[in-house]
Amino acid sequence: MKLLIRDLRISFGERTVVALEQLAIDEGEIVGLVGESGSGKSLTALATLGLAEAAGATVEGSIRLNGVELIGLSARRMRDIRGRRIAMIFQNPVSAFTPVSRVGDVFIRALRLHGASRGDANSRAHVALRKTMLSPELLHRYPHELSGGQAQRIAIALAVALRSELLLADEPTSALDVTVQAEIVELLRFLREREGMSLLFISHDLAVVAQLCDRIAVMRRGRAVETGLTGDVLLRPVDSYTRELIAAVPRLGAGKPPS
Amino acid sequence: MTELVTSEVRLMPTSSLLRTVRANPLLGVAAALGLTLVLLALLAPVLAPHPGDAGTATHPLDTFLPPSADHLFGTDPVGRDMFTRVLYGARVSLAVSAVVISLSILIGLPVGVVAGTLGGIADTVLMRITDIFLAFPALLLALALVAVLGPSVTNATIAITITWWPWYARLARGQAASVAGRPFVVACRVLGLSPARTIIRHVLPNSLTPVIVQASADVGGVILTSAALSFLGLGAQDPTPEWGLMVNQGQAYLTTQWWLVTFPGSAILITALAFNLLGDGLRDMLDPRTRARQP
Amino acid sequence: MSETALLEVRGLTVRYAGSLAVDDVSFDVARGPFGVGLVGESGSGKTTIARAIVRLVHVQRGSVRFEGTDVLALRSDVLRRFRQSTQIVFQDTDGTLDPRMRVGSALAEAVTAHRRLARTMVVARVEDLLCEVGLEPEHRRRFPHELSGGERQRVAIARALAVEPRLLVLDEPTSALDVTVQARILELIERLRGARALSYLLISHNLAVIERLCETTVVLYRGRVVETGPTGVLLTRPAHPYTQALRAAVPELERALRRSVSVAPDAPTIAAETTFACRYALRCPLASDRCRSEVPLLREVNGRQVACHHAENAFAQQDPLPALNRKETYS
Repeated sequence: MKLLIRDLRISFGERTVVALEQLAIDEGEIVGLVGESGSGKSLTALATLGLAEAAGATVEGSIRLNGVELIGLSARRMRDIRGRRIAMIFQNPVSAFTPVSRVGDVFIRALRLHGASRGDANSRAHVALRKTMLSPELLHRYPHELSGGQAQRIAIALAVALRSELLLADEPTSALDVTVQAEIVELLRFLREREGMSLLFISHDLAVVAQLCDRIAVMRRGRAVETGLTGDVLLRPVDSYTRELIAAVPRLGAGKPPS
Repeated sequence: MTELVTSEVRLMPTSSLLRTVRANPLLGVAAALGLTLVLLALLAPVLAPHPGDAGTATHPLDTFLPPSADHLFGTDPVGRDMFTRVLYGARVSLAVSAVVISLSILIGLPVGVVAGTLGGIADTVLMRITDIFLAFPALLLALALVAVLGPSVTNATIAITITWWPWYARLARGQAASVAGRPFVVACRVLGLSPARTIIRHVLPNSLTPVIVQASADVGGVILTSAALSFLGLGAQDPTPEWGLMVNQGQAYLTTQWWLVTFPGSAILITALAFNLLGDGLRDMLDPRTRARQP
Repeated sequence: MSETALLEVRGLTVRYAGSLAVDDVSFDVARGPFGVGLVGESGSGKTTIARAIVRLVHVQRGSVRFEGTDVLALRSDVLRRFRQSTQIVFQDTDGTLDPRMRVGSALAEAVTAHRRLARTMVVARVEDLLCEVGLEPEHRRRFPHELSGGERQRVAIARALAVEPRLLVLDEPTSALDVTVQARILELIERLRGARALSYLLISHNLAVIERLCETTVVLYRGRVVETGPTGVLLTRPAHPYTQALRAAVPELERALRRSVSVAPDAPTIAAETTFACRYALRCPLASDRCRSEVPLLREVNGRQVACHHAENAFAQQDPLPALNRKETYS
């Protein structure tokens, strides 16, 4: 089991915002975390990286990576894990990079931070870009000179270069055009097959989740109301909220245009 | 991340105001101190043991008395009770601050808001005029005014106001420009509301926050400036009890009759500090980014 | 192009940051009830067109005629009064209402923007508007931050309707909302459409939303119209390669569950594309030399207008889209 979350409780003062009984991601599995705003899905990802406390939250429970407990881990060991073992990509890829540095420099810096030598970092960067089908020329650009799709690919490439075992993706395609979204989804699937990367895919978009994920968990107000194989949950939903979500997705060809 | 950050500055109901004060002890202390100072100033005629000493009274037999039960802060070179004069000095200082800041806002806010909302030529013209006034150093302007009109608290106040209002214009303009770009102001235009109505009912109220914060911090600044002017002889003249003037009058006796400088000087320090902290605390309370950290 | 169209846009051209954000765009919006959908991705110019129609951006060339009047030529007071005819609802639900004003006051302000009314009439109108958009009269005491995103958007719609516009421009009205809330807002728009015989221009990147609410669709790519026609025709059998790619890239729930994979060609940088006559030529599988040198003009192909030299081929070549499930209710 790559990642096992058990009895996760995240609260702000007296208010409990996440109460997740169980969430598991197996080696090389893509798990979707679906929910609307306020469902706690982003917070869950942040807690996995030990970043929830910085926002003022109290985190209790168990999050195990390869059997090693992450909650309560020392700051130094957590820093080791971030990037190298668990990577994260966000909704707005361009602003995920510092605007004052070229993207390539950020890349190399991150790799060297986790122990690579300069030459090693360089070659790993190039290899990673090839795998994500990007021209190495893009490394010379500043973040604002990249399109959303390019920036997101580079963020993914960084995770590949760092040889992360688990990628947390928080609404990675929500801010992108639908044609670009299709490419990114394809890329993530490809990486799972080639690199064996496990993926937690957080999204409010059921259709994208259906395309990509092996299993999904539907979250509502901090709780997982339904979990299971994607096909099972979306074709034969048991929980009423899940059904409501499915019914609400606007469908092409479902209703005739007005005349 | 969007779940965690508030994006708006809102007026807070009283219950959360108390919660905020508890979360920002600095704000609470500063507010209490500021309030106390204002009360002392207002009640000076009642609290002062020798009210006449704030005016033209002199007591040749009681000069240079050190602090005692009868004269808490001692007496000055002409025998006047220092405690009384320091208390009355608060009235002068706070009055000057109130006038300067009110007038600065009265002039600067409309100028800034109109410039920020309308943009274009109006903005350019108004801001260049503002820049001209910004270029005046308060001290030199006061000197010039005093040379022409004679030194007094009133003239010092005028000089300070002339150099102070442009900052509010700048501040208001920046805020107004940002507010004017927000969807609800654009909506006003699309609805067909007149520019006047848009500015007065929508841009102005939403531009006030940084102005209020600046105003509270500025009280300290104005007090220091007016004290400096009086110290240099450009502002208040004897017998007006003004802290800076008192420091000037006492500086020759610094090593021997220490109380002449120490008490008015401390009053300046404490008052300026209190209002600066108040401004800081208000900014922290009203700034959406630091507010997000409160439970 | 009917003579009795409510809105006629001809040759609209808007420059932004050195390039043409909108390039020679023309379309009509008929009298209500009628919906026109503007579809496109980022950089397509759809938002700019919406803003141009409500006179929020400066237009270089072209005309926008509302019942014959050239909207772009109006100035100051005449313009201000004319604004009553066309209103806009924005995507951003957070900033769309003045945070310091109660809902009731904001709506009252809109109601009295163009006419004087007795106070009791104003209050009555405000309550009517709130009911019309599915809110309670008591909502008028609330501040925006006391409302949910969906409720705020309803208020924004009410505010737009308060001046009794003939045309409503909806710029991605549901994109920032949760999907369950989105569904209800779309229902509201449908209802208003019928109740008020409303004409609207709906801007969206979501084809399903367009299909539900718009009779006609205009597909935009990099500022130009690439295909336009009746929605049903366009979305079931698109003739332009870009429309086809767009259609294919939309992840559909049921189709995805059957594991069909759709990949669209790589999106290169913007600068490279604008050197070709047809802006889509760089990505298009059917691109030829003619596409690179000769600008394709809109022409009639199979019941709609397409701007593509190879439209007939594209139309014929596409795989017939798999039969989609009717919207099922899971119970």
